[in-house]
Amino acid sequence: MSQGYHGAFGGAFIPEILHETFRRLTVAYETARADPAFWASYLQLMENYSGRPTPLTLADNLSREFGGRRVYIKREDLNQTGAHKANNVMGQGLLVKRMGKRRVIAETGAGQHGVATATMAARMGLECVIYMGAEDVERQRPNVFWMEQLGARVVPVTSGSRTLKDAINEALRDWVGSMDDTHYLLGTACGAHPFPEMVAWFQSIIGEEARRQILTQAGTLPTHVYACVGGGSNALGIFQAFLNDPDVALVGVEAGGEGLASGRHAARLAGDGVVGVAHGYKTFFLQNADGQMRDTHSVAAGLDYVGVSPILAHLHAQGRVRFAAATDSEVVSALKHLMRAEGIIPALESSHAVAQALKELPELPADAVVIINLSGRGDKDIFTVADALDDPGWRHFIRSKAENYARRDEHNQIFQGKESGQ
Amino acid sequence: MTLSANPNQAAAPLPGPGEASALEKRVRNALTQRHHAGSAPILLMAHLVLGYPSLDENRRVIDAMVANGVDLIELQIPFSEPIADGPVIAMANQAALDRGFRVAEGLGFLGEVVRQHPIPFLLMTYFNILHAHGVEAFIRETKVLGGDGLIVPDLPLEEAGPARTLCQDVGVDWIQLMTPTTPEARLAAIGAAARGFCYCVARKGVTGRQTEFDNTIDGFLDRCRSVTGVPLALGFGVKSAKDVQNLVGKADIAVVGTAAMEVHRTGGVFAVGRFFADLRT
Ligand SMILES: Cc1ncc(COP(=O)(O)O)c(C=O)c1O
Repeated sequence: MSQGYHGAFGGAFIPEILHETFRRLTVAYETARADPAFWASYLQLMENYSGRPTPLTLADNLSREFGGRRVYIKREDLNQTGAHKANNVMGQGLLVKRMGKRRVIAETGAGQHGVATATMAARMGLECVIYMGAEDVERQRPNVFWMEQLGARVVPVTSGSRTLKDAINEALRDWVGSMDDTHYLLGTACGAHPFPEMVAWFQSIIGEEARRQILTQAGTLPTHVYACVGGGSNALGIFQAFLNDPDVALVGVEAGGEGLASGRHAARLAGDGVVGVAHGYKTFFLQNADGQMRDTHSVAAGLDYVGVSPILAHLHAQGRVRFAAATDSEVVSALKHLMRAEGIIPALESSHAVAQALKELPELPADAVVIINLSGRGDKDIFTVADALDDPGWRHFIRSKAENYARRDEHNQIFQGKESGQ
Repeated sequence: MTLSANPNQAAAPLPGPGEASALEKRVRNALTQRHHAGSAPILLMAHLVLGYPSLDENRRVIDAMVANGVDLIELQIPFSEPIADGPVIAMANQAALDRGFRVAEGLGFLGEVVRQHPIPFLLMTYFNILHAHGVEAFIRETKVLGGDGLIVPDLPLEEAGPARTLCQDVGVDWIQLMTPTTPEARLAAIGAAARGFCYCVARKGVTGRQTEFDNTIDGFLDRCRSVTGVPLALGFGVKSAKDVQNLVGKADIAVVGTAAMEVHRTGGVFAVGRFFADLRT
């Protein structure tokens, strides 16, 4: 019967044709979960391929700056492909092998999940197709480049608003026809059951490590844990380990975009999300009065999504996780701050968690112990960040690169023209 | 992180076989009439997206459909996330929304066409449209406006409980979907809960792609027939008189969506009328 509810959220609102596929996936996931050998092989893969355990770094300079409150950073940026996304794709990859499927499809917004999936597919010998909004294909060329180099086919999605939510719809459409040999490798703790639970399970590796590490290094549990929330997978990954520690404050940070009042943001739980059903599950969505999904906005493409994990929606309803939103400009200053203070370049997504922590740190008790989950590294954001910082040297570089390409194209045309005798 | 049962689940007894619904009787009467008129005993159900390209054009298309032998019409209320629809219908959903289509207009339109045409009309949409409107209010309005049934492809049996009960109380039929991947026990549960007719999905895949009308479809329809007493509609990929002819004696209703939309896009209203007239020959 109906499974996968977290309080009032979750469920499986899927077309009948996919029912059996979801049932089989649920069985495969539950069997793997009950099998210690599966988790052991997952841990081994993550150690030997992805660089786990990732460090928990004491941010010395930030700690001094904030009067001795201790600030620790969980370094998911040091994973293979530079983000926590690796945890999920490798876990699902092992499951795909167990299920005997030979092809994976995935949706991607910023391209991070696409790159991670393409990497896993290359390593595990699976065919790989990535659906990406046509708009995002334009905006995220470096990631498209890497996906293609890794052997994946990137399909630009031109329906709807041509962004992440439309890529999800397109991936589901593919799956409706291809489920016999294909796994849909969903990128975050969203979608129909069992995806939210399964992705949260693979990501729980973050919190398991962080909890052990903070107890060893600080000799105490943290007082506060900050994580950014797009779909919610990195946040759930770290939060889960502290859910039963009522004194640990858990803070999820959504994309405040141009400010909640502007309407141009992606704050579902901290903003004006409304409970609804889309993409296969029930949660808070940014939608209009008719139930149509709204366009979202964030400087961080990875947080730019209309829905949010049903597990987080439930933890929000219970008051166990507090939600906040950081604006684009707060995020860019936080990124600069962390780079200069600690020599760490965070992803724009992760900088949301940093921004909220920096905002709250001056008000926290003097003995506060803070963990910031740094979900990914920022070099992928070089175009966006250079834009936001309006860096003249970068502008000059891009312009001369473009002129170079233009000259080369022109030369080739003339050359080809001569060859064909024109 | 505990799993709990669907909180909506409690109030969902399966309706028994019971008496035929008003829609089922209308379908059976229409079949009898077709038979008496000497034409093939199969009905045609057309699908169209409200507000695409405009409600005015929808009106003209419906006039042409009814004049050319369409027996039932499925009106799709556009949704921004049409996960079960193929590219043509998904694009039409978005185009209608881009032009500012509102759900209230769609309901008004249903009331209007029901008054003008003597055939059954059904609403097709995704669950969030009902949820945002208020599920009970939506179902009651469908009834008051004269709609015969609701088709909601992202609301499987497990999640449909309260909505189905409300439909039963109000007298609107909740149309169930059966698919080639539905296992026997589940098919039986769907069949037992079916009212009006069952919508049988001809193949894996979304709307608007090629379907081979071979004997796997016959076998699938046999399986569907064995679990329910309501009429069977077959949809996804029906596009020619030959496809329809193939279904005579196997299905009661042939559903035509994408093919008619393409004819409309390339040939206009007149071509749509001709297309449906030709499907019967
Ligand atoms: C670096 C990084 N952090 C966070 C996210 C947001 O996803 P989630 O909320 O599932 O962790 C993304 C998504 O692409 C990402 O690339």
